[in-house]
Amino acid sequence: MTDFWSGYAWPFAIIVAQIMAIVVPLLVAVAYLTYAERKVIAAIQLRKGPNVVGPFGLLQPFADGLKLLFKETILPAGANRIVFLAAPILTFALAMVAWAVIPVAEGWVIADINVGILFLFAISSLGVYGVIMAGWASNSKYPFLGALRSAAQMVSYEVSMGFVIITVLLCVGSLRLTDIVLAQQTVWFAIPLLPMFVIFFVSVLAETNRAPFDLPEGESELVAGYFVEYSAMSFALFFLGEYANMILMSAITTILFLGGWLPPLDIVPFNWLPGIVWFALKVALVLFCFLWVRATFPRYRYDQLMRLGWKVFLPFTLVWVVLTAGVLVTFDWLPQ
Amino acid sequence: MVIQALVFYLFAAVVVASAVMVISARNPVHSVLFLILAFFNAAGLFLLMGAEFLAMILVVVYVGAVAVLFLFVVMMLDVNVAQLRQGFLQYLPIGALVGLILLVELVMVLGAWVLAPGTVEGSGMPIPDPSQVTNTEALGRVIYDHYIYLFQAAGLILLIAMIGAIVLTLRQREGVRRQSISKQVARQRAEGVELKDVPSGGGV
Repeated sequence: MTDFWSGYAWPFAIIVAQIMAIVVPLLVAVAYLTYAERKVIAAIQLRKGPNVVGPFGLLQPFADGLKLLFKETILPAGANRIVFLAAPILTFALAMVAWAVIPVAEGWVIADINVGILFLFAISSLGVYGVIMAGWASNSKYPFLGALRSAAQMVSYEVSMGFVIITVLLCVGSLRLTDIVLAQQTVWFAIPLLPMFVIFFVSVLAETNRAPFDLPEGESELVAGYFVEYSAMSFALFFLGEYANMILMSAITTILFLGGWLPPLDIVPFNWLPGIVWFALKVALVLFCFLWVRATFPRYRYDQLMRLGWKVFLPFTLVWVVLTAGVLVTFDWLPQ
Repeated sequence: MVIQALVFYLFAAVVVASAVMVISARNPVHSVLFLILAFFNAAGLFLLMGAEFLAMILVVVYVGAVAVLFLFVVMMLDVNVAQLRQGFLQYLPIGALVGLILLVELVMVLGAWVLAPGTVEGSGMPIPDPSQVTNTEALGRVIYDHYIYLFQAAGLILLIAMIGAIVLTLRQREGVRRQSISKQVARQRAEGVELKDVPSGGGV
């Protein structure tokens, strides 16, 4: 019996506690990201933003959440019920699952697996299923068009994202996320690989269906794209999933290019702050860029989006992979 | 070990069950979704064997790319299942033959494993000790060091197949106006705008 407690029950309890320690702050972050988005865009457009519910409107996200919770979930008559309900759950679950391998500080990670970056790439490539399933199961024209657009868009930009990740991996020599961060102790990869950093950020915008690449939900042409038919909690799950994905992608950008939890310089005033604070600050910086882009740029046209992905990013990243490999081999800088 | 065995039977049972559903589901989209579930659980089985690289690649390539295109096509085409079922008996012998050949091959591989345990060590590239190298590195050595020419040749064949597919579907249509980005960017102000002084009452 003691074997059962020390062998199974106790480790299980620890894992559950770790999962809660990641998921609860993440959900709070998602809630306040929606608030931050409205405030930042309001500031850019010289408005006030939400300021009624609670001090400075700080309780607004919870008011929105409660409202969605108490509304009626409508199932369209011709919808495929199981797929229709599975789609938002899948989107939300995938956005949460990926956090299992994200190191938020030195050693602060649930599973520090050997192939961490591949795991993240695999999970983020699954995000498209939530959208496609939602679009198809709704049995309606606009969601279907949105889903098709999204499928093509996400698959296209994944290719160039893959090449960017390969470039970083060439400089690291390991697929483990902790190693990727520790390889940036001398210099963050955003500096030597600046063009890759920019391409990665733009691809991430396309991958998360954010402005200026939010064609799958383009409201002026597709009403709301793939989630037209969704209401109440099923809509809220899509919404939470999208914002959790934004935070996840910002975290990946931070780990790959901005040195993860490392301080900018390893000298006294900077290394007083613990690693997790630096990590959070960097993620917040990338997230601010998401919101900034949304408030600044108009939506891309669909053919221009495809051209950017296939004819600009793909050849450029391909050349850069070869170039990086060549430089590393020539100067004998390959990681051992 | 109990948990590992339980997880193995869970994954294995779901793989078999969803594989059966792939061929028996009435709705083709459901078939593809079950296929994805089968891929996913197969990746889980790989993980249990300690082949984490293969597991992740299975998810990235098959679930993340191939199955998306599958789903795309199946959703776009209105596949008539009843019509497909009509040819069932006609194609049954060929299908059964293919299945039989695969079964015999599997039995031969597994049989060699059981009856002559030295067969695997005698192959071209021995399996390295998993405690010494990660399986990503071991695979890299096999593909990029040991069999680099064969690997490159396989890549070239795939490239040629891709070019062939593109050539077959390429068609030039008349009257399509394409956007030429370089032309647009190279445009000067003088080509687009002309300023004229218009005398009042005179018109242009």
